[in-house]
Amino acid sequence: MRITKEDVGRISILARLKLSEDDQSLFAEQLSGILQVIDSLDEVDTGDMNRMISPAGLTNVFREDVVLPSIDPEEALKNAPDKEGAFFKVPRILEAD
Amino acid sequence: MGCRRLQGDRRETRLRLNELKAHELLPLIRRHEVTVEEAVTETLDRIAALDGTIQAYITVAREHALQRAKEADARLAKGEPPRPLEGLSIAIKDNICTKGIRTTGASRYLEDFIPPYDATVIERLEDAGAIVVGKTNMDEFAMGSSTENSAMFSTRNPWNLNRVPGGSSGGSAACVIANEAVFALGSDTGGSIRQPASFCGIVGLKPSYGLVSRYGLIGYASSMDQIGPMTRDVRDCALILNVIAGNDPRDSQSYPGELPDYAGCLVPEISGLTIGVPKEFLEEGLSGPVRDAFMKALDRLEELGARVVEVSLPHVRHALAAYYVISSAEAGSNLARLDGVRYGYRAPGQEDSASMMAASRGEGLGPEVKRRIVLGTYVLSAENREKYFNEALRVRSLISRDFQEVFKTCDCLVGPTSPTVAFEAGEKTRDPLEMYLSDVYTVPPNLAGIPGISVPCGFDEEGMPVGLQIMGKQYDEATLLRIAYAFEQATDFHRRRPEVPQKTYQSESAGGERSV
Repeated sequence: MRITKEDVGRISILARLKLSEDDQSLFAEQLSGILQVIDSLDEVDTGDMNRMISPAGLTNVFREDVVLPSIDPEEALKNAPDKEGAFFKVPRILEAD
Repeated sequence: MGCRRLQGDRRETRLRLNELKAHELLPLIRRHEVTVEEAVTETLDRIAALDGTIQAYITVAREHALQRAKEADARLAKGEPPRPLEGLSIAIKDNICTKGIRTTGASRYLEDFIPPYDATVIERLEDAGAIVVGKTNMDEFAMGSSTENSAMFSTRNPWNLNRVPGGSSGGSAACVIANEAVFALGSDTGGSIRQPASFCGIVGLKPSYGLVSRYGLIGYASSMDQIGPMTRDVRDCALILNVIAGNDPRDSQSYPGELPDYAGCLVPEISGLTIGVPKEFLEEGLSGPVRDAFMKALDRLEELGARVVEVSLPHVRHALAAYYVISSAEAGSNLARLDGVRYGYRAPGQEDSASMMAASRGEGLGPEVKRRIVLGTYVLSAENREKYFNEALRVRSLISRDFQEVFKTCDCLVGPTSPTVAFEAGEKTRDPLEMYLSDVYTVPPNLAGIPGISVPCGFDEEGMPVGLQIMGKQYDEATLLRIAYAFEQATDFHRRRPEVPQKTYQSESAGGERSV
């Protein structure tokens, strides 16, 4: 399966990943090569095999509903690129009217 | 500097502390023949002398380490009993969070990130008395096989400075063989502990999925990630595993069962055990020198009394394809956390949050990481999910079943760790597929969740080390380590050390943390 530069451009929007025109062309070429290898999965007769999500084979774990110590807000904000008071600050989210 | 005469040693051996393995250094510290500060200073001096050449470390935590060493000596002076890893200098791969010590994942995106908490493995190692001396270089977010995808710099292979140390835990492997740490931690999603261990001639263990907590690890592909020890011999590996293995409620996939004393399982006795050789591991792509060393290793295992039989893992040739679908899908999802909001890089001058996120990721991440996010998003998109992602998960089931079948008759499996010895720097950077093939033998155990260990099993004509991979049953690290130990004790490959020309690095300030 070939992947085009337009495919890469469309996916990069889904992935919130800004890519230059050059990168889009390069990735289209490289990912097409990788997909050729991946396409070999088509040859496998997987019949009614289950999808293996995790090798742990564990079941859900419940814990007691008790409060445990956690990182305090000041500590948690130390690595923030921008903050105001006890909050992370970001550029506007909603469209300007 | 570097030499010390030990009291009571009648042969008057002059000993370099930084050459000692963990199990050799521990008794000296316990008997108060060496202080923790002396031992740690030796390692720090070795780093100062050598790391300008090897470039294994992104951050050297000199002040932190010396402070901890003094605290340890004070405890011992008060008569407190020595802890299991008292005073040992450890290097930590830079994707494992260390409270107060910068943790970058070798990414520009996290260049200034200082974790507010310790990973579980760090808590356990420090509680056991080990001392973090620094954070090691790696491929950005563990995506790569040569450490050339680091956004900081490349690490050199101590056996030949023009070759790569392997990856992604290349800094950890290089610093252990160059005596720049007593041991190191790496992480392994598709071979990232075992392949660099093989390339650098050390021991590297990827434990069973779930055996070691990943709390505090920068996740890459969470259904395969494991943290494991990288050491100079198998006994050290078992000592470290004893400390880091065990249930942790903060890792939802953590194994809850009882665990043995791994060091106590080390008897060099394997007669009567059945060792399987998957024929698929010896097909095209395997280089001549690696094949030769592997065949000699098989002879040695037979001489030790093991029964060596050929077996087949019919679906394993699809492992690499399944691995790249699953790992990229999981990576794309995991790395969605890099959104420019809570930590890490934020692109300046963006009008709204959506453009800020896209630009921060576009500017802050390197090419291999971006490539895998795009691939991961592609295989999970509505029109491709069934064809690629779901199919890869079914193939994964088949591969897992292949292993279960052969383990009905075999105690372990062996094969080469990687098809070649360490390759030249720059040789595979232009073609991602070429690079991926370096992990062709290490990926299957991650898919199946079983443990794998690489131990030195020879050298090629140019003096580059070759690794033997031993794969075991899930959670049966005890048998795996016993076979690795028996092989190691019957050979001397693990005793060789490279000669590294020394070039001092320029530290930012005397005694300060190293900057990049």
